[in-house]
Amino acid sequence: MAKIVGGIGCSHVPPVGIASDKGQTTDGYWSPLFEAIPPARKWILDQKPDVMIVVFNDHATSLSFKMVPTFAIGVAPYYENADEGYGPRPIPHYEGDDQLAWHIAESCILDGFDLTIVNELDLDHGFSVPMTVMFGEVEKWPVKVIPICVNVIQYPPPTAERCFHLGQAIRRAVEEYDEDLRVMIAGTGGMSHQLQGERAGVINTEFDIKYLDNLSGNNIENMKKPHLEYIRESGTEGIELVMWQVMRGALDERVKETFRKYHVASSNTAFGVICLENDN
Amino acid sequence: MTKEEKQELRKAFEDIPGTRVFTPERSRMGYHLNIFCMTLNKEEGRQAFRENERAYLDRFPMTEEQKQAVLNREWLKLLDLGGNIYYVWKIAACDRKTMQYIGGKMSGITEEEFKEMMLSGGRSIIGNRSKTSDY
Repeated sequence: MAKIVGGIGCSHVPPVGIASDKGQTTDGYWSPLFEAIPPARKWILDQKPDVMIVVFNDHATSLSFKMVPTFAIGVAPYYENADEGYGPRPIPHYEGDDQLAWHIAESCILDGFDLTIVNELDLDHGFSVPMTVMFGEVEKWPVKVIPICVNVIQYPPPTAERCFHLGQAIRRAVEEYDEDLRVMIAGTGGMSHQLQGERAGVINTEFDIKYLDNLSGNNIENMKKPHLEYIRESGTEGIELVMWQVMRGALDERVKETFRKYHVASSNTAFGVICLENDN
Repeated sequence: MTKEEKQELRKAFEDIPGTRVFTPERSRMGYHLNIFCMTLNKEEGRQAFRENERAYLDRFPMTEEQKQAVLNREWLKLLDLGGNIYYVWKIAACDRKTMQYIGGKMSGITEEEFKEMMLSGGRSIIGNRSKTSDY
């Protein structure tokens, strides 16, 4: 039987991918972040994952206001890196676990989560930056992937609580799957940041640290937090943190934190990475 | 959520200073502006726009005010006219500018000052939560 063996929360700031691609990870600006990452990568590989479910949002790359699915699942066997205006990132393409993805789609929809089914989706930095953070520079990704795409750009995005419940539904689907697979799930985006308006550049470290603490402690506080609080406290783009709740919902009630790095700032954003192990 | 709660929530968004939550109203107002921006994802769109900005903009059913704001690179005005930051940013990217450049432009400081601010911990949340109180 398949099972979820752990979860990762990870910001997805575009310049982190660019720094990795251009070999700038030891530069003064980037080294505090990149030097801290190896133990997280080791922990992830030690879990021997076969599949990584990545919960992310597309940033007006492959999707646009022409069509805004609230929750979508990629069911393809293959994904390319998107061209976001400066050419696709020079990193490997992704192999999808299409069979498991279809199983999750079927199970979640019958469970009441009406996921949009997507067969073609070029993946932007929302997906690729966490992959780089988790696995580094590789010739081939050591896992198959399943993208779960969440609308966090057009108000209203799904609530944190709904995201958490989607995570629970994904977990039930994974545990019904007959193949012996070790599955991990990453919630991406955040932490506090705002790109727009006169308030651009707002960072709320206290909020972010509390959010990280709550993931292995009182996560109900994160889950019950309304949109207003996410946006006011962590910025209009800090709302991306609802996607971490999908990851959290797929884990045990009790989890152990095995890694954390919080860094201000990467570009306009507070960068957070956390690893969570099931503890039941 | 009750009807009243939904209305209260919308009002509360407007109380956050320097912030435009991308509501249905903004989305309706800015649809064609945002779709124009989306075409800058492709090299042929960027080239055509660079060659003759006005002529390229005229291909889209945008308002004259929106077109002028694009031509003048009035970033805050673009947001006020329904532009979404991820879309409007594509104009800046086409100009080979960074997100920190428009972050500075929108908040009235230079790109260098914006970068400095981020390096020293970002813009403080204190005093930036509400238009009506300074907590």
